[in-house]
Amino acid sequence: MKKTFFQKYGILIIFLLLCLVLSFLSPVFLSIPNLINVVRQISINGILAIGMTLVILTGGIDLSVGSQVALTGAIVAGLQAHGQGAFLAVIVGLLLGAFLGCINGLIITKGGLPPFIVTLGMLTAARGLTLIYTGGRPIYDLSKAFNFIGAGYLGSIPIPVIILTLVLLVSHFVLKYTIFGREVYAVGGNPEASVYSGINKEKRLVQVYTIMGFLSGLTGIVLTSRLGSADPTAGVGFELDAITAVVIGGTSMFGGEGAVTGTLIGALIIGVINNGLNLLNVSSYYQQVVKGVIVVGAVLMDNYARKKQQKISE
Amino acid sequence: MASDYLLEMEGVSKRFSGVKALNNVEFRVKSGEVHALIGENGAGKSTLIKILSGIHKMDTGTICFNGSKVIIQSSRHAQQLGIATVHQELNLFPALSVSENIFIGRLPRKKSGIVDWHLLKKETEKLFSKLGIEIDPTTTVESLGVAEKQLVEIARALSQGAKLVIMDEPTSSLSQGEAERLFKIITALKANGITFIYVTHKLEELFQIADRITVFRDGCYIKTKEIADCSYQELVELMVGRELTSLFPKVQVELGEPVFKVNNLSRNKEFENVSFSIRRGEILGISGLVGAGRTELARCLFGVTLPTSGEIYKNEKQLTIKKPLDAIKQGICLVPEDRKNQGLVLKMSVQKNISLSILSMFRKTFGFIDGHKESATVQDAVAQLKIKTPSVEQLVGNLSGGNQQKVVFAKEFLSDPQLLILDEPTRGVDVGAKAEIHRLIGNFVKKGGSVLMISSELPEIMGMSDRILVMSKGKIVKEFQRSEATQEKILEYAL
Repeated sequence: MKKTFFQKYGILIIFLLLCLVLSFLSPVFLSIPNLINVVRQISINGILAIGMTLVILTGGIDLSVGSQVALTGAIVAGLQAHGQGAFLAVIVGLLLGAFLGCINGLIITKGGLPPFIVTLGMLTAARGLTLIYTGGRPIYDLSKAFNFIGAGYLGSIPIPVIILTLVLLVSHFVLKYTIFGREVYAVGGNPEASVYSGINKEKRLVQVYTIMGFLSGLTGIVLTSRLGSADPTAGVGFELDAITAVVIGGTSMFGGEGAVTGTLIGALIIGVINNGLNLLNVSSYYQQVVKGVIVVGAVLMDNYARKKQQKISE
Repeated sequence: MASDYLLEMEGVSKRFSGVKALNNVEFRVKSGEVHALIGENGAGKSTLIKILSGIHKMDTGTICFNGSKVIIQSSRHAQQLGIATVHQELNLFPALSVSENIFIGRLPRKKSGIVDWHLLKKETEKLFSKLGIEIDPTTTVESLGVAEKQLVEIARALSQGAKLVIMDEPTSSLSQGEAERLFKIITALKANGITFIYVTHKLEELFQIADRITVFRDGCYIKTKEIADCSYQELVELMVGRELTSLFPKVQVELGEPVFKVNNLSRNKEFENVSFSIRRGEILGISGLVGAGRTELARCLFGVTLPTSGEIYKNEKQLTIKKPLDAIKQGICLVPEDRKNQGLVLKMSVQKNISLSILSMFRKTFGFIDGHKESATVQDAVAQLKIKTPSVEQLVGNLSGGNQQKVVFAKEFLSDPQLLILDEPTRGVDVGAKAEIHRLIGNFVKKGGSVLMISSELPEIMGMSDRILVMSKGKIVKEFQRSEATQEKILEYAL
């Protein structure tokens, strides 16, 4: 069965409608500085959400990304506070993120535990390590070069936006055109059949969680640089924002269906809603209600489309 | 006359995605009898039972139960009518007590709303003494044996006013002693006017327990007889009694040297000391009942599970197979029993499914897939196997069963296997696609491949195989040459 037009482009249509409505409600909304601002604001969540898309495509979940962001941010800042260069700090941060993700993946596959449980444990443990390392206090003293990552521009485009774009492009092509990508979809679409097809399911899962960790590390670096300090409580709730973007973007929580392009639109929708509600002076309390309603609505739609499809194939 | 029958089904048909599971069958059960329903796998027994228990709805036909015409809407409706089914997998709450299980959903309550445990126990004891069951109502169900659990299920059904109890393979996991006890209770309940439909593969039991039998074959009603008028031989003949048709064209192939050898392969509780060898160009059939360990053997050979002991050789060289990928690399491929769960990713396209195990053939730098080569290879396979699909981009879940199965075959053939293990290769496939799949298998061995074919369909096994192994209770109990095998002989060893 071919997907109907709305099933395929529904999220994009919703996004454009949202922009249209906001452009009438607020004259500032469509201005270039505001749009760049929106994209920069979503870049943090966007990078995480792209990694989360991979994880959810395999039928898993990673609740620990927020804590991973905090821990890598703290270590990266700490290294610089102890006089190390920005370059080394960044490399260590990325490796540390990948390492944490790898641990998640290994426990999930070798230990045979549900990703929910394993990453819930990592969420708590990594947050604890962050608090231990920082002693509960933010770390300042970042190097100038490092600040460029979060605050710099290339031409008129903020560096975080460029990073997000790169991550998006690479992950899009990897998922769509490589053996790895194909096998990620297969593992999520039907784990048993993928094993019967000779796919090394465990290896793929470990790789996916490692990539997630790597991107969490990257997010930690961007966030720390942007804020100019590493706060031990940074990143709380980031996992939920990332999952929200993935779900709004049409990736199935059951695995095997979805794309990072959808996730980007999901992140944009969240960003535009936040931005629009801010421009309209709606209190942040209400913003949360609106976001919550949108998540459930998106999953309802996903479910409805799936049931319809199932009925046809039966 | 009508009052003689508790249940009368007439003209009942049921199709599943084009395949006729039941074709205009009739089935009549007298009040107070034990009526056995027998037939090969795929004869339509379980479909009929599922219609009676409200899980499936029939397409056409009438059901007359207890004197009035009914259309069974749901399992709840079946229960209300007084039709209870005791399944192979029991529906009990293991951590709750026997009496709670029996009265779950309608536990007696005191005025305060608290469960009246005393009354509950008394009610259960009353029920048990009426039924002649001796189980302590306060023990938890998990501490009971399988037979006792079945009794609890029967008791629950009867306490809800069931008039007709359907037993689906009740003795498949019972010891001889347990089975005897179950028979005693069934006999006693029968004397109390309860009617039973009894489904089993174990024909010898029928002479002990059944009053009448009805035979189904290929979804059709064959015959109903008094058990007293039947011999064992006759039952078997009724079950399998069709002629071997030209549906199974045996391709004449010059057999080569033995390629694969399996030596004393065992796996805990699944199969033991399985030894055989397969020659180039040979089709080795494995026959046996569901649960004989055939599928488990196939999964183990393919590396899905690991054997506890024994070896597998290819050309006299011992193989180490720890996962399916190892098997595929050694030229062993599997067409699994359950294509929807093990063979295919239904959410993916025909192309992506076919190329899934051979992606490394299309590898370019950085692990990118050579899309042109992939698409050309897949198009080729689709044409060769005559897979009917609007395009290779079609989701595999939207194809018919036969075409889905051909997709699985295409996928396995492309890995260029030397040994193809087939587990029920034509299950749920219509006759036309079946013949084509058999043609594919024939072509494969003609080109020098070897096939290990598991099938519950005797005509298929006998029509296709060069040799036939019969498995029973995890062991190979008999080997037949093609010329010496008859359906009766095979069944005799399989049962």
